[in-house]
Amino acid sequence: MTAIVFGESQKGICKKSAFEVVSFAHQMGVQDIIALVTEDTTNGDVLGQYGASKVYKIKGLDSGAFDSKVWAKAIADFSSSHNGNIVIFSHSSFGKSLAGRVAVRLGAGIVSGVNALPEGDLFSKSVFSGKATIKYQIKSATKVISVMGNTMKPIAIGQSVAVETIDLGAAQSSTKVLEIKRVEGTVPLPEAEIVVSAGRGLKDPSNWGIIEDLAKALGATTACSRPVADAGWRPHHEHVGQTGIAIRPNLYFAIGISGAIQHLAGVNNSKTIVVINKDPEAPFFKAGDYGVCGDLFEIVPKLTEAVKKFKETHS
Amino acid sequence: MNILVCISKTPDTTAKISFKNDSKEFNSDGVQFIMNPYDEWYALVRAIEIKEQVGGNVVALNVGGSDTEAIIRKALAIGADEAVRINAEPTDSMFTAFQIAEYAKSKGFDLIIVGKETIDYNGSELGAMLAEYLDLPYVSYASSLTLDGSKAIVQRDIEGGVEISELNLPCVISAAKGLAEQRIPNMKGIMMAKSKPLTVVEPVGFESKIQTIGFTVPPAKSSIKMVDPNDMDELVRLLSEEAKVL
Ligand SMILES: Cc1cc2nc3c(=O)[nH]c(=O)nc-3n(C[C@H](O)[C@H](O)[C@H](O)COP(=O)(O)OP(=O)(O)OC[C@H]3O[C@@H](n4cnc5c(N)ncnc54)[C@H](O)[C@@H]3O)c2cc1C
Repeated sequence: MTAIVFGESQKGICKKSAFEVVSFAHQMGVQDIIALVTEDTTNGDVLGQYGASKVYKIKGLDSGAFDSKVWAKAIADFSSSHNGNIVIFSHSSFGKSLAGRVAVRLGAGIVSGVNALPEGDLFSKSVFSGKATIKYQIKSATKVISVMGNTMKPIAIGQSVAVETIDLGAAQSSTKVLEIKRVEGTVPLPEAEIVVSAGRGLKDPSNWGIIEDLAKALGATTACSRPVADAGWRPHHEHVGQTGIAIRPNLYFAIGISGAIQHLAGVNNSKTIVVINKDPEAPFFKAGDYGVCGDLFEIVPKLTEAVKKFKETHS
Repeated sequence: MNILVCISKTPDTTAKISFKNDSKEFNSDGVQFIMNPYDEWYALVRAIEIKEQVGGNVVALNVGGSDTEAIIRKALAIGADEAVRINAEPTDSMFTAFQIAEYAKSKGFDLIIVGKETIDYNGSELGAMLAEYLDLPYVSYASSLTLDGSKAIVQRDIEGGVEISELNLPCVISAAKGLAEQRIPNMKGIMMAKSKPLTVVEPVGFESKIQTIGFTVPPAKSSIKMVDPNDMDELVRLLSEEAKVL
């Protein structure tokens, strides 16, 4: 079996998600794993450590000039000419724009947002706001999947491999990227392993210092509930939930958030959830793993101190 | 400007979810269905706004059985000019995208807007598939869309930021939060919706490439462990030693 894995990069550096999808293919038991990266990628060789047997840079593709039509054509053409049995993407803003296109080009069945290793040709994903899991069979010979972030911890198992550049021919561009604006200095929410999230219980945007201090002590990324983003207390890209982004970190702190179903829809796949709320009846306590009932303005600074103490003794 | 907006129905997030036929099928009995919020609040409203600015026609299209007509009427009440229903159960996204593409390919739409995903299956596949079937440029997760002559300027959400790009019309866009402000249908809109055309189109044969095997419901979370608010060292210890996440 041959897996064609698309490894995303940012400013020419492979993202964590690239290691995750290669690792996913390896843990599926695929022997022949071919990773594709953009031409500007400088550390594609490292994908070999996670199981890629070959890495190709595709000539003309640049991580700062995304064009779903051109990229999908290149990936699909490559898969056809290299007899790919399965094409694997991250379920990211890039993967979501590409996977459906590639599936149509290849006439392949697709399951997006896969959340576990497959059993044969059966693939599962979380549906209905995390209230159920669905299992699909992909019936076509060639298959396309996209894998949720943080589904698989990337495990290094081998050596770096040589990277070749492949020219798949020029395609006419369909989209011109004018500008990319990034919030620098923090791990983007969908990639974060620890997330500290706060809601209306914070009462005022000027109170966010205690949340940022806790996040800093943990090396976490901050998030918020929808009313907090809607009120302009926090930037929109921090908004998690049904209408914001869906995340599945290893550890999610819900501070002063009531736990409405629309909020839970975006976070209830987190591995461990800690709830801090003064209302013992808050619905979030039903969805959490650890709870602290009390005033967040007293609890959060204490927690930050405890985390700092822990980090000092464990580093 | 001739604009196509794809709308679908989805269970309300607060709906109780259950399955039937040996957990192979979703049980829709007693489930409250709504128009998918990304389709209604962002895709449809942005299409109407553009039409209001530059003139044109907004077609709301749904692939579904006759039970979706309430949702289609709502789209007309919000401001779509006409509606199309392709008379088939939208069993999977490739089937659905194929049906829409077959309908749209000869209609000369300048712009096609879909929701970024449905809130039940969260596939985020349809827009990309439709763009590929129609051989058009596609940008997903648009939080802003403006037109400049025959070009669309689109800002989309990417991990940790935004990407702004320019593409030629016709193109396909998927709509995310920020693209428009939700509009509530008013009485006049609801009255007018009744006389707007709704065309029913029969589906074209397509062999699905995936099949649902079944649903499982995750085991109920074991009850939460409460920690004394005065002992945060204990919480850190549990996260480190028991949950192994620190
Ligand atoms: C269609 C739809 C889509 C939606 N999408 C989203 C979404 O994507 N994301 C989202 O988050 N919401 C979403 N919502 C809104 C959602 O229903 C809730 O209204 C929202 O999540 C509530 O935000 P909150 O928990 O911050 O505020 P509240 O519900 O006001 O909760 C504040 C909490 O803080 C606690 N608190 C207050 N003071 C303290 C204190 N001193 N110490 C400790 N605890 C304290 C309170 O006990 C309370 O539980 C959506 C709603 C709809 C209808």
